[in-house]
Amino acid sequence: MTALQQKTTEVVDPVPGAGAPHLPGQPDLVQLLTPEGERVEHPDYGIDVSDEELRGLYRDLALVRRWDVEATALQRQGELGIWASLLGQEAAQVGAGRALADGDMAFPTYREHGVAWTRGVDPLHVMSLFRGVDQGGWDPVAHDFNLYTVVIGAQTLHATGYAMGVQRDGAESAVLAFLGDGATSQGEVNEAMIWASSFAAPVVFFCQNNQYAISAPIERQSRVPLYQRAAGFGFPGVRVDGNDVLAVLSVTRAALAAAREGSGPTFIEAFTYRMGAHTTSDDPTRYRLASELEEWKLRDPIARLKAHLSRAGIADADFFTGVDAEGDELAARIRKGTLEMPDPAGTEMFDHVYAEQTPELARQREEFVAYHASFEGEQ
Amino acid sequence: MTETLTIGKALNLGLRKAMEDDGKVVLMGEDIGKLGGVFRITDGLQKDFGEARVVDTPLAEAGILGTAVGLAMRGYRPVCEIQFDGFVYPAYNQIVTQVAKIHARSRGRMPMPIVIRIPFGGGIGAVEHHSESPEAYFAHTAGLKVVAVSTPADAYWGIQQAIASPDPVVFFEPKRRYWEKGEVDPDGSPDPLFGSRVVRGGDDVTVLAYGPMVKTALQAADAAAEEGRSLEVVDLRTLSPLDLDPVYESVRRTGRCVVVHEAPVTLGLGAEIAARVTENCFHSLEAPVLRVGGYDTPYPPSKLEEDYLPDLDRVLDAVDRAMGF
Ligand SMILES: Cc1ncc(C[n+]2csc(CCOP(=O)(O)OP(=O)(O)O)c2C)c(N)n1
Ligand SMILES: [Mg+2]
Repeated sequence: MTALQQKTTEVVDPVPGAGAPHLPGQPDLVQLLTPEGERVEHPDYGIDVSDEELRGLYRDLALVRRWDVEATALQRQGELGIWASLLGQEAAQVGAGRALADGDMAFPTYREHGVAWTRGVDPLHVMSLFRGVDQGGWDPVAHDFNLYTVVIGAQTLHATGYAMGVQRDGAESAVLAFLGDGATSQGEVNEAMIWASSFAAPVVFFCQNNQYAISAPIERQSRVPLYQRAAGFGFPGVRVDGNDVLAVLSVTRAALAAAREGSGPTFIEAFTYRMGAHTTSDDPTRYRLASELEEWKLRDPIARLKAHLSRAGIADADFFTGVDAEGDELAARIRKGTLEMPDPAGTEMFDHVYAEQTPELARQREEFVAYHASFEGEQ
Repeated sequence: MTETLTIGKALNLGLRKAMEDDGKVVLMGEDIGKLGGVFRITDGLQKDFGEARVVDTPLAEAGILGTAVGLAMRGYRPVCEIQFDGFVYPAYNQIVTQVAKIHARSRGRMPMPIVIRIPFGGGIGAVEHHSESPEAYFAHTAGLKVVAVSTPADAYWGIQQAIASPDPVVFFEPKRRYWEKGEVDPDGSPDPLFGSRVVRGGDDVTVLAYGPMVKTALQAADAAAEEGRSLEVVDLRTLSPLDLDPVYESVRRTGRCVVVHEAPVTLGLGAEIAARVTENCFHSLEAPVLRVGGYDTPYPPSKLEEDYLPDLDRVLDAVDRAMGF
């Protein structure tokens, strides 16, 4: 029995007799790397990655985590307003992000820093959002990576519409829509899946089931495993071990390829765990047991890849030391860049509200400038 | 016996009292049970009243309001918490097309005693959608009552009065003032929920505010007093229906009126109030009714919110302009 299988037997049904037990046995879980780092085969999903790529994936995971740790520290020191940590979800995000091809578009929530990384977004452009400087500094078009969406689920419809555009253009690309387990309860998310299905849109719904929506456990959102919902909408659903970067990469690649080939949407449930708080404002001790976290630490996404790389002789101690050093450099750059980020000018809020400034807004802007000028020279 | 409470704690105690008084009161919302709500307003209530009366809902606001309608039809009194102002919109359809209209459509046969609690306004350094002031959308909808509290006493009594109201009430809570303290006398008797209140007497300018801006208006009045200007401050408390008789009485004395809110000025509450004050006090006015509010821009990133939100200086600036006419 794997650790993941064990978890299934422990899930308590909060409403006795209501529906099927939440988590079935795990034969459905796609896994290519066990929590111990052992490479296993799956009948439907193989993976073709070079040693070079494997080392690259490890580097991604480690650097993204290092960034996340630094961001949490910066928030604690008052340098960010808030931070939504991805701790524990690195493999789900890096695996999904690295499955994207050039020209594929991704629609993140607010937690997909790992995907941002794979799309070449400068971490500082994510930091500026959480510092309160802007709403995300990157160019969503240049990076094929939409701005973060805070309103739960809204982006799944955008992704679907974007995919309908791709379809109309006859383009050979696909769209990846990120969402959380909690988001699956939103009406808009269900509408997105109906639209995607109805029009066979080239969109893949990538749901990170990190077991919680703030304090609400997954049982509050669904009485059946989430991936099984897809069948009701008329497209395939697959559950992948979200802490296994190889399995995520393989499953997401396959789903995106199917979408590009005109087979329509897939729903991927990446089974993972939010190891940190919901955000730095949250206190998870109020709603979950520390023992649960301890259990999930044994399935850590980075440790298992490291074990595999070492055991298979793909990477040596020097490599890992090198990545650690690179992580520290990255963290230092992020810290410095965050601290040095200039505050925006007040007039910026009037910019870009419309393609062309309206006369009324122009008047308000002038009034704003004059008002602030009236304080100049005052103490 | 009078107690010193924060607004947050007063709401918590008011909710508790309402639940004790009426077994049909049901609280619903995201994270309100075990966690006690992201602002802890419902802290401890699920423990004491159980999961059937303090419901941690699925993450679906349309579901919260839509099922509240059904529960209300069945004789319950749902109190819905919307986690942040910017997340009420998935429920907006239910609120505007159903909650607001069912009483009239059923010719009074089907009351909708639903309370929709919304922490609103900015000033907490949050990311997008956590700092908005959507009150005008609701005040513009016939069939809804809309209130905004500004003190612990109003929070304590107001939430109970809203729950007891046979009409749906959108109950705005000034989130950045949740931690402000004030006196509450649970043995005392409350002011009516749907009434405004003069909170500081003065002769030169009447300043109207509600929710988080009441404190700002009072601070402005203190500062103005140092310069020898006397501001009368009215806490509007009810935004729909408006209770402006005390305002007219005041403006007839002062001849000047400034309305303050965080929401954008264009078509905000201030616009309606200015129109009514002008109609009712035209011959007493020495200056046009002035509005101080947010700009007609999306709520800005938090580094700019101090530039966006009305503060003491902007209120005083409007007072100066009113006096200058
Ligand atoms: C429409 C809406 N309602 C409520 C919220 C507040 N909120 C932010 S994150 C969150 C939980 C989301 O859970 P999930 O979808 O599982 O994603 P996770 O945070 O676990 O990544 C909630 C309720 C919101 N952002 N949008
Ligand atoms: Mg989640």
